[in-house]
Amino acid sequence: MSDLTKSPDPVEPLLKVDGLVKHFPIKKGVLQRTVGAVQAVDGISFDVRPGETLGVVGESGCGKSTMGRLITRLLEPTGGRVEFEGKDITHLSVGQMRPLRKDVQMIFQDPYSSLNPRHTIGTIVGAPFRLQRVTPEGGVKKSVQELLSLVGLNPEHYNRYPHEFSGGQRQRIGIARALALKPRLVVADEPVSALDVSIQAQVVNLLDDLQDELGLTYVIIAHDLSVIRHVSDRIAVMYLGKIVELSDRQPLYETPMHPYTKALLSAVPVPDPKRRAARTSRILLRGDVPSPISPPSGCRFHTRCWKATTVCKTTEPPLLELAPAHRVACHHPENAQDQQPTDTERLAGAPTQDEVVRTSE
Amino acid sequence: MSELESQVGRPSVPGPRTQKDVFLSVRDLRIHFDTDDGLVRSVDGISFDLRRGRTLGIVGESGSGKSVTSLGIMGLHRSQRARITGEVWLDNDELIGSSEDFVRRQRGRRMAMIFQDPLSALHPYYTVGAQITEAYRVHHPVAKKVAKARAVDMLDRVGIPEPAKRYSSYPHEFSGGMRQRAMIAMALVNNPELLIADEPTTALDVTVQAQILDLIRDLQKEFGSAVIVITHDLGVVAEIADDLLVMYAGRCVERGTAEQVFAAPQHPYTWGLLGSMPRIDREQTERLIPVRGTPPSLINVPDGCPFHPRCPYADVPEDNVTRTVRPELREVGTGHFTACHLPQEERTRIWTEEVEPKL
Repeated sequence: MSDLTKSPDPVEPLLKVDGLVKHFPIKKGVLQRTVGAVQAVDGISFDVRPGETLGVVGESGCGKSTMGRLITRLLEPTGGRVEFEGKDITHLSVGQMRPLRKDVQMIFQDPYSSLNPRHTIGTIVGAPFRLQRVTPEGGVKKSVQELLSLVGLNPEHYNRYPHEFSGGQRQRIGIARALALKPRLVVADEPVSALDVSIQAQVVNLLDDLQDELGLTYVIIAHDLSVIRHVSDRIAVMYLGKIVELSDRQPLYETPMHPYTKALLSAVPVPDPKRRAARTSRILLRGDVPSPISPPSGCRFHTRCWKATTVCKTTEPPLLELAPAHRVACHHPENAQDQQPTDTERLAGAPTQDEVVRTSE
Repeated sequence: MSELESQVGRPSVPGPRTQKDVFLSVRDLRIHFDTDDGLVRSVDGISFDLRRGRTLGIVGESGSGKSVTSLGIMGLHRSQRARITGEVWLDNDELIGSSEDFVRRQRGRRMAMIFQDPLSALHPYYTVGAQITEAYRVHHPVAKKVAKARAVDMLDRVGIPEPAKRYSSYPHEFSGGMRQRAMIAMALVNNPELLIADEPTTALDVTVQAQILDLIRDLQKEFGSAVIVITHDLGVVAEIADDLLVMYAGRCVERGTAEQVFAAPQHPYTWGLLGSMPRIDREQTERLIPVRGTPPSLINVPDGCPFHPRCPYADVPEDNVTRTVRPELREVGTGHFTACHLPQEERTRIWTEEVEPKL
């Protein structure tokens, strides 16, 4: 990381994603004909710079986990391009990917199903060494024990089985395994959402420390906006397979531009009962996220947006840089210049401002 | 008697409450389970009162006994293994000592529950409407038609679009938020006076969570019922609860109004919970302040204060008292109780000087 950041040129991104698409076919009948597709990820582009943490946030079904599995190449993309350190990895085979697995690792959400119950911790954390045929200095056992103490576990627990550990400890085991081969990029899919509050904070701090210590680059996928704000340098907000807003942390939380981001932020419960009375209004989105099998035309958010006009239904808004390092895909953004000022006719059937913005009692 | 005292109540006064607005009164409830590994003390002496129209939030981590408490109130523990002692007064009826049949007749009519996972709480084989109708007809001898009208009306009230059409949908045809709404409709179909919501929004997305919390709040206002919300999320309780009960290892460690507990928390565990949460409403902090260690096993609850192995202030009180003597709930402010050995001045000093500035 250090030698890269020193260069005066704009930093070469570690991971470059361009127009990434993943459609899961829906098959029906005896002949298994394809009758449609779940458009899980539908054309997203972003960069991940070395040493930074990119947070990806969105509701369930927005394609954030699929995105994580695409950039780690656990899934085969339908279209688009993924580059890791300038090398195109979009369609590499399993065998061709293997050397790269050293550099790209993943931490999974569920610490109960991501560890083999029949293997000891030593075997689990040592597996990457065996798979990559790497013999670390001082032997596998010593390296595994170092990793265990790195993530705050007792190295003497080498021979224990996963069921002997609590959820938080298991998550640490998963982290130790991901770090075994000193990866450059770690993709963490909901790394703390299965954990209790007090344990969540321990794991968040651990990820933070490891990043400082090992110079890691993270892509952290989560649905919890408070956690994302705490860990990320930059944040991408996803809705129905698209990135709707991509920005540095502070501008995103202080001046969100996309109405969806604004709605998400206002829905976060705040642990302060005084604010309940003080808060003037809250945006309450109606209904649910539409199905990704047949997403709405134009801007995918127009069915729930209180600012929707005719153009939103017909034209898909591009992801534009409306403020320095702040990209948003919206025709009528908040906190920025209206992109379609001539189009003022409200979309029939769209919710009105009064319906959506709810003033608290 | 001041208003606050009647809300959070005084521990261990057996007998029905004389005040008529106290609807639910739990007295020294203990729920233990015999297992092969030993006796699990899931709930070990919980007491609280709840009035109509008020919302009590029960907060704690997994294994703190919050769900077991709620199932105990609902009388859903009558297995061979559960040992339940204490009293649960629903208005003027004591439930723990009552017959199973009596409790069954209360359940669903006077007290109802919303579960965390609506997909497993709804029956996949029956339509949503049929399940709501059944819940109504169990307690009301009415014709199917009347019950159906009532169910459609309830679906409408909880904000399900086209309720008459949705009446004949199956649970799998609903989205997560709609299922939770359907379950709320089922819980409220008999106008219960007590509603227990066990992690009602944990499985839901944040925008849907806001919808459901709003719905619970509105319906409570409309029906005037007493509500218990069980959650691990301090944000959710701050949104919805009037009173708060913090549980740790099967006991109550702090109890008071939501304002008291959030403005001046008294127990180090509550401090730990607040420090563990990244907060969207505050300036960005560099690091979170987690509680060290992990929650204890309920088979071998630590001696003395169950929180002492994780408490950074365990050595502050003299004579090693935190490791030998179990702290009792003491009143530290009007209606604000805490179970902690720290002397009052010391506790106030630590909170204002050491903990609060870092949050």
